[in-house]
Amino acid sequence: MKISAFHLMPHRELPSDFEQRYESVWVTPPWWELADATRVGQYYNWTLDELLYAARAGFDGVCTNEHHQNAYGFMPSPNLMGSVLAKLTNGSDVAIVQMGATLPTSNPPIRVAEEYAMLDCISGGRLVAGLPLGSPMDVNLCYGITPLEHRERYREAFALTLKAWQAREIFAWNGRYTQLANVNLWPRPIQRPHPPVWVPGSGSISTFDFAVEHDVCYCFLSYSGARSAKSMMDGYWRVVADRGREPNPYRAGFLQLVAVAENDAQAEAKYARHVEYFYHKCLHVPSPWFAPPGNQDYRSLAASLANPVRRAENPKTLRYRDFVEKGYVIAGSPATVRQRLEEEVIKSLRVGNLMVLLQIGSMPHELALENIDLFAREVLPHLRRTWDDEGWVNHWWPERLRGAKGSAAAITSVAAGGA
Amino acid sequence: MTTTVSRVQGAEAGARAETIAVWQAQVRIRVLAKGSGPALVYFHGPWGLTWDPFLDELARDFTVHAPEHPGTTPDAPDDAYKLDGLWDLVLCYEELLDALGLERAVLVGHSFGAMVACELAAAYPRRARGLALIDPIGLWRETAPIVNWMMLNPADLPAHIFNEPNGEAARRMLGAPDDQDPAARLRLMWAMGATGKFIWPLPDKGLRKRIHRVKAPTLLLWGRDDRLVPPSYADEFARRIPGARVQMVERAGHAPHLERPEPVARMLREFLTGVT
Repeated sequence: MKISAFHLMPHRELPSDFEQRYESVWVTPPWWELADATRVGQYYNWTLDELLYAARAGFDGVCTNEHHQNAYGFMPSPNLMGSVLAKLTNGSDVAIVQMGATLPTSNPPIRVAEEYAMLDCISGGRLVAGLPLGSPMDVNLCYGITPLEHRERYREAFALTLKAWQAREIFAWNGRYTQLANVNLWPRPIQRPHPPVWVPGSGSISTFDFAVEHDVCYCFLSYSGARSAKSMMDGYWRVVADRGREPNPYRAGFLQLVAVAENDAQAEAKYARHVEYFYHKCLHVPSPWFAPPGNQDYRSLAASLANPVRRAENPKTLRYRDFVEKGYVIAGSPATVRQRLEEEVIKSLRVGNLMVLLQIGSMPHELALENIDLFAREVLPHLRRTWDDEGWVNHWWPERLRGAKGSAAAITSVAAGGA
Repeated sequence: MTTTVSRVQGAEAGARAETIAVWQAQVRIRVLAKGSGPALVYFHGPWGLTWDPFLDELARDFTVHAPEHPGTTPDAPDDAYKLDGLWDLVLCYEELLDALGLERAVLVGHSFGAMVACELAAAYPRRARGLALIDPIGLWRETAPIVNWMMLNPADLPAHIFNEPNGEAARRMLGAPDDQDPAARLRLMWAMGATGKFIWPLPDKGLRKRIHRVKAPTLLLWGRDDRLVPPSYADEFARRIPGARVQMVERAGHAPHLERPEPVARMLREFLTGVT
């Protein structure tokens, strides 16, 4: 299987009473009160260094993502980060997993197709092209896209992206939301017919259908762990089966928070406050903002109102041990982490493309490196061959990297820029 | 154009319901109607249409036609996707006036519906016999931002819309407080989504460039305590529509016609007496 290091690039030093003093971590947190550009420059450099460290340590891929106007994770342009990573990992077998640039907020949306093609060229064909819908906070509240048009815009832009990468002839695109008279992408990606596509989602039925219909890898980005994701992912695999697709575990991705230490007690001592910071501050968003009216289509809205997936508890009332017990975070000794990841996540959800978040909330740079290092040495090698016995091909991974087994030796040695 | 006549749910109000398909039969609009006398078309706000005492008051002197905005008609939620923008919506309503056989009518609207009525009166000045705008949206002032009700917790809506959040008018429009009725919540959320399509993210889609075309006698009614759209907007509208009159409604918020149906209907009748 493939295991990638995910990063949010969070604000690591929010005030202790942040969630009492401020309405939200997203959309409205006041920059001038909460952040300092020089310090934030340090965060960006730490983020890049942590991902490069993961690449050198033997991870299969490094993941960045796009979010706006927030202290939860602020890489408004994931492709800026991705281009640094692509250049500095050249010569290695690490995939550049963009999770990724958001089509509905890119105007015109072929901008994403162009930048991804650039990344594929720079990286020598190591790009995984994540094509997310984008969160309602980013797309509707920050970038002003009408909620009722969000999904339609996405679907149109998705079709345009795939056509723009592959078309042999120059074509005109007469869409509802985008009109272009001469689509003739320069550059085109190295990977043919196009880079592997991942579509992240949070459990909505229409996204399952979309992912299966387009034969892409569906990635469930959850912060509530595998147990609460189980029924969602079972639903996904039912759609896969209903559509007659093979139950290839590589058509599923999952994001898991992980914290590794020498033993379980040390994990608590080292990571508890950072995990709580993440759940109490980084996810501090008014719940209506996750679903502004019109964002869910009528069918999904009716389904969720009739049978609300009630969050069992408010994460703000939970503490570290609750998060670990419930599997929101898999933390502890390498043995604990290996076992829980394999049983609860990989096997239970049938995941072939695992992403792990190892820099969590306020976790400082040195501790993040320690977590990455321990995971790479003590956990990753034990999980890597998980699906080998079933013999599936990971069609959703860059072809030239499919056989790679974590040979990171060739990565350019990097001076720790800015850190 | 096709029409279907059906009974109104909760038909104690005695209104007739007729579903009219416009826009090459792609957009189905249910129209509730009651009363006799000169034609009056009422455009509801962003929270869906409910037949209420205010419309009953109007129906004493007018033939009231109350269309549901595209997407809010039962069993036709996806019709909201058939229109690309405000221009399509205005054309749709012009087709609806034809379908109702109304060459001219008094146009009345509330909130989002008042913006629609004003756009229609600006696009087709001769079709509006009179125009009454109740706490309309459609203009924007830097110094008086309009609250985006679509970002609020639904439980906080009554306090933003109504002077008396626990009053009967609030309950009639939004359901009981802490209403867990999924059907009611679905109707409310979808009504906001379908109307929000035409005003997201700010309810200013260029009406200020078109409003000078309004020729109909115009009355602006505003709840003195409107917490969504500040009453200072009344002046913005009034100074752009020649001869427009402004009347403030005391002890009312963003829905004065629902909280004070009788005085608001009386103001409207007095105004319209000279018009129709």
